[in-house]
Amino acid sequence: MEIILSVILGFMIIGAIFALNAKDLLSALISCGVVGYGLVICFLLLKAPDLAIVQIVVETITLIIMVAVVLNSTREELKEKTQIKVNDISYINTRYIINIAVVLVFAVLLLYFFAQAIDILDPFGWHKTRMSTAYILDAAAKTGSANLVTGVVFDFRGYDTLGEATILFTAVIGILTILRIKSKKV
Amino acid sequence: MIVYVLCFILFLTGLYGVLTKRNIIKIVIGLSIMEFSLFLFLSLIGYINQGIAPIVVDGMEKARYVDPLPQAMVLTAIVIGLATNAMLLAIAIRIYRKYGTFDVRKINSLKG
Amino acid sequence: MKGMTSIVKTVTRIVVGVIFIYGIYIIVHGHLTPGGGFAGGAIISGALILLVLSFGSDILKLKGREEGSSITESIAILIFLVLAAAAFLLGTKIFFNNFLPKGKVGELISAGVIPLYNIAVGVEVAAAIFTIFLALIIYKEEVSK
Repeated sequence: MEIILSVILGFMIIGAIFALNAKDLLSALISCGVVGYGLVICFLLLKAPDLAIVQIVVETITLIIMVAVVLNSTREELKEKTQIKVNDISYINTRYIINIAVVLVFAVLLLYFFAQAIDILDPFGWHKTRMSTAYILDAAAKTGSANLVTGVVFDFRGYDTLGEATILFTAVIGILTILRIKSKKV
Repeated sequence: MIVYVLCFILFLTGLYGVLTKRNIIKIVIGLSIMEFSLFLFLSLIGYINQGIAPIVVDGMEKARYVDPLPQAMVLTAIVIGLATNAMLLAIAIRIYRKYGTFDVRKINSLKG
Repeated sequence: MKGMTSIVKTVTRIVVGVIFIYGIYIIVHGHLTPGGGFAGGAIISGALILLVLSFGSDILKLKGREEGSSITESIAILIFLVLAAAAFLLGTKIFFNNFLPKGKVGELISAGVIPLYNIAVGVEVAAAIFTIFLALIIYKEEVSK
């Protein structure tokens, strides 16, 4: 199980690195789709069918919208110079080095916290359900639904679902306001 | 344990994309990759060896179910990620209409 | 926005009804099989996006006003809030309670208020994603003309 997941994660990392360094914006978007669809296979292997259905449809819709936005605008990618020529003497671009240094500083900082978190977590596959035992034993009797995830989302943690519906509504209102779309009476 | 480390490397790749790229579409792609790594990490925590999907079927009351709580969290987070991406793309369309480019270093009409 | 070739239009006429019915099936059986409100809503919005992409934006002008999807989304989230507040007035004095009777586990009519929540959330997610698509792709062209 770990080997299959590691192979798929390896493909996702290669796709992500290519997506950020591509010279054409359309190729970058298709590589981003590779990462998203690899995630669907990972969800199916981890026995989570609800998440797989939602992720595959949302990823397709996101790709459609991003491709339409890119095709209506420019397709070129801006080049980053690594050496500047001033008066025929080539210096090394300092902005490039500062970028790499900032990313390395953040990586080391996050690695320290990640190492501390890994000590506390159980090994992969041996999860001790401390909090979920009460949910699993009572969910079918108290809520009456056979799907435990739906029972948790809509009954035990209903406020989270209310907040998420509000976020979707606010995003739609925000988009209509930013693009200044007025309704036309036909 | 190696799956956790690979998930962290995917997160760092997304962070590299957000911090260093100049094109606004590349920044949106980097943010999306960071969110994918977080969904995977939350789902990996709740997996039990030889567990089954959390659906109660008649006749199997005491089976070993995979943890349903992280799956409920990720279900909410996927839809929120879609809303965030859509708003960033709306801002990108406005920037392109006004300045004619996607470069974030050239949108500085308040200077000078 | 122009439509696509006639091959795409013929296949769309056959397939769009199947996708719509499949989305409704996943919403209504949300408490028995994997799925639920969010998955079904996204699938229904996929069917509507397919219709607009393959026939062009003329298919939207069949109705009088062009903002029907925005109104549908507002009504759906209002129904969600009314259901949550109805538990406050009838029965016990707790907000967001599951107050209808819960039948036997595994039947279609069971689990109290959860199927109604699924339907409200499904309609709201479908209308929201379709409104986002219309605002970013179709209205954008008509504003800049």
